[in-house]
Amino acid sequence: MIAVIDYNMGNIRSLGYALQRLGAEWKLTADPEEIRNASHIILPGVGNAAEAMANLKRLELPGVITKTRRPVLGICVGMQVMCRHSEEGDAECMGIFDAKVKRFHEAPGVKVPNMGWCQLSNMESKLFKGIASGEFVYFVHSYFAPLCSDTIATSRHPDMFSAALKYENFYGCQFHPEKSGETGERILDNFLKI
Amino acid sequence: MPAKRIIPCLDVKDGRTVKGINFEGLTDVGDPVELGVRYAAEGADELVYLDISATKEGRNTFTELVGRIAERINIPFTVGGGIASVEDAARLLDAGADKITVNSAAVANPELISEISSRYGRQFVVVAIDAKQIDGVWRVTTHGGSKLTDLELFSWAKEVERRGAGEIMFTSMDHDGTRNGYPNTTFAQLCDSLSIPVIASGGAGSAEDIVEVLSIGKADAALAASIFHYGEITIKELKAKLQKAGIPIRSVAN
Repeated sequence: MIAVIDYNMGNIRSLGYALQRLGAEWKLTADPEEIRNASHIILPGVGNAAEAMANLKRLELPGVITKTRRPVLGICVGMQVMCRHSEEGDAECMGIFDAKVKRFHEAPGVKVPNMGWCQLSNMESKLFKGIASGEFVYFVHSYFAPLCSDTIATSRHPDMFSAALKYENFYGCQFHPEKSGETGERILDNFLKI
Repeated sequence: MPAKRIIPCLDVKDGRTVKGINFEGLTDVGDPVELGVRYAAEGADELVYLDISATKEGRNTFTELVGRIAERINIPFTVGGGIASVEDAARLLDAGADKITVNSAAVANPELISEISSRYGRQFVVVAIDAKQIDGVWRVTTHGGSKLTDLELFSWAKEVERRGAGEIMFTSMDHDGTRNGYPNTTFAQLCDSLSIPVIASGGAGSAEDIVEVLSIGKADAALAASIFHYGEITIKELKAKLQKAGIPIRSVAN
């Protein structure tokens, strides 16, 4: 059973449907016991990082997430709150990944949010098994994790940033695999096979 | 940097696709879900579904349809048509839509943009703007171009952005349906004046028109209906042409 953490951060319906298309059994839950016993844990998230952290704390979940040995995948804001800190609402985050999340700067030709299909490069993890460098995935974000020692894939807007992070059993992707066509479904499937 | 997006638009009435569609291998061309799956597999970057049902029953059917689309489609999709309140937007979000588009209701009540955006995020709100040129001024229209407002295109687009729209979808009513291409200079001006993406809609008659609006017109995405529905050009062929013209697009392997 895959635990999709329910902490009131945006619509998880498309993630649920993507898991369903992969034939996975999943459950939306905020129960620490259920999360501890899950085979895989997914921390989704659309919205504000400070609010996301506040919700996780209220549910007493940061300790459950940081202590687990099961594979964890943070998506978008879910990944950001697994970093050390986010500029969004000056939020102290869970500190799993060694990165401080920053905001993109608008400039001529650089739109914020970064919304749309961007290319992946420099992938180095079994999360990207079968995915070629240059394949596209779908991003929607105004904040990003800079490159760091945990970076396992990069993208550009226009400078390089972390498209995905990994530390031990913890994975994070800034893009939305559940909205990234067949490439995204393969990435989700790879995660479920970890 | 994001690739330029190609977005087929499907008009839906009482749960069925409206425009005449001619596709090989599709068992039910009137089924919006099947058609969306087909476009996604061909390389569409997003889909837009517009509900043109005039009745309450039709709208309920549409909400149910949005759920079935979310279940099957693995790319982002936007829904619109008749959204007039935060509750309408919430209903479609709950059904699984990634974004909603508002048009006339946003003109009548600009606060609606701010309310939906602050509640569900900027990425959820696409504001459609229809305008036509009158004595050299781009005037915003509503109700499919039939009502002229006092709003001017560029200042309205700025206000829409300030209120929290994540994208603007601009249709020139002077070009819509003509299949003669887009007003590219106006698009370029609009794109330069905004920091959110602009989707070009209405006017595409050929792949070249789309090449131009994404290059000269600086648009971030192109939305089209008839050229895809009537099978004049497939998304794959269009993307090959865009790539040849040096426009960054998402290629889909198969």
